[in-house]
Amino acid sequence: METSFALTGKGYVIVAADTTASRSIVKMKVDQDKIKELGSHLLMAYSGEPGDTIQFAEYVERNIRLYQIRNLYPLRPAAAASWVRRSLAESLRSRHPYAVNLLLGGYDKAEDKPNLYWIDYLGSVVEVPFAVHGHGKHFALSLLDRYHDPDASLEEGLATLKRCIDEVAKRLVINPGKYKVKVADKDGVREVEI
Amino acid sequence: MSRSYDRALTVFSPDGHLFQVEYALEAVRKGTCAVGVRGKDIVVLGVEKKSVLQLQDPRTVRKVVMLDDHTVPPQGLTADGRVLIDKARVECQSHRLTVEDPVTVEYITRHIAGIQQKYTQSGGVRPFDCTKQSRVAFTANAIGRSSKTVREFLEKNYKDDMTREESIKLTIKSLLEVVQTGAKNIEISVMEGYSKVTNLELSEIEAIVAEIEREKEADAERKRSRLAATAAGQAAMASRADTSQSSGQ
Repeated sequence: METSFALTGKGYVIVAADTTASRSIVKMKVDQDKIKELGSHLLMAYSGEPGDTIQFAEYVERNIRLYQIRNLYPLRPAAAASWVRRSLAESLRSRHPYAVNLLLGGYDKAEDKPNLYWIDYLGSVVEVPFAVHGHGKHFALSLLDRYHDPDASLEEGLATLKRCIDEVAKRLVINPGKYKVKVADKDGVREVEI
Repeated sequence: MSRSYDRALTVFSPDGHLFQVEYALEAVRKGTCAVGVRGKDIVVLGVEKKSVLQLQDPRTVRKVVMLDDHTVPPQGLTADGRVLIDKARVECQSHRLTVEDPVTVEYITRHIAGIQQKYTQSGGVRPFDCTKQSRVAFTANAIGRSSKTVREFLEKNYKDDMTREESIKLTIKSLLEVVQTGAKNIEISVMEGYSKVTNLELSEIEAIVAEIEREKEADAERKRSRLAATAAGQAAMASRADTSQSSGQ
């Protein structure tokens, strides 16, 4: 039921996640923010086992901040993705692995381009132009294959995102309802309305 | 005779001194001067920067460091300071992770003091030579080289509820008592609220130093003219006394 999307465009990356927190047949909360702002230009959407998700996401957030304070320089998206992947891979071979899937999107100020990483609970990481986690992927990936444009403006990117959200609403048995959408570009991270 | 009690950290001397701790405090006094001044809604930290060697990159000599969104100037040997700062940084983030709240200045000071204290009571280690172990809140204080002079200056000139400009000026003025070479050997850090930390640019510091110099000149000028006036007055009185004396015969 938890669905998150992300896509890159010309100078930005959009990260969107549904805002429902539910257990079995009950929707406990409908305005949950599942996208962590890891730094001035870094976003991470998380989904998976409840409890594990927040625990791991906060752990990542604090360590990325510690790195920035220690070194006076924030981790670039690629480096942050490597760090996150390694943490997950180490946890996989421990007593209780974190069952968390992530979408890490950020703007690399050094190279002036957006980066997006799809990370799963087994510690695989791939850099991709667009990605989806959750049941929504069965419907959204083919739409993104067809309509994604890496040079699209922010408005066009948001329109593509809306297509995916609408399709999931139409076809998925449990409709997530509202989504939180955040953008990372050269000016930082911010929330947008769609 | 009491020298023999200064080898080990964990041994008291007969007259109740822990010599190693006192030697550590001596090492602090050899360090560069650091000043802290609290204004109405602001804290200003000023540090004396030792002159950089010609081939040295000045950016690598940082005295005011970030702990979280707080800053602190370390004292004494830099290596010891770095170890403490790293421990404090980890504690700041750990605190945020556990209670979802940033550390208060009081909490982190207590934590650092606790770490330093541990090193004064365990065998096989030596104390950190950075700042005092006891934690006392100050409205304005100075540590390091010539701190006594600076502290006396602060006691004379500190006012409650100073504005941003007044606090910064007082910090720079007190550092100038110690730093003879002026603005390029002073680093100023201003905290105006959570995560609102600014380091003053060299040009800003130079401007304030120039203003302080001008005020000093103006003060000196006034003093000189006052002295000249009294001297002239006295000379006039003396000559009048002479003439009245001679005419009053």
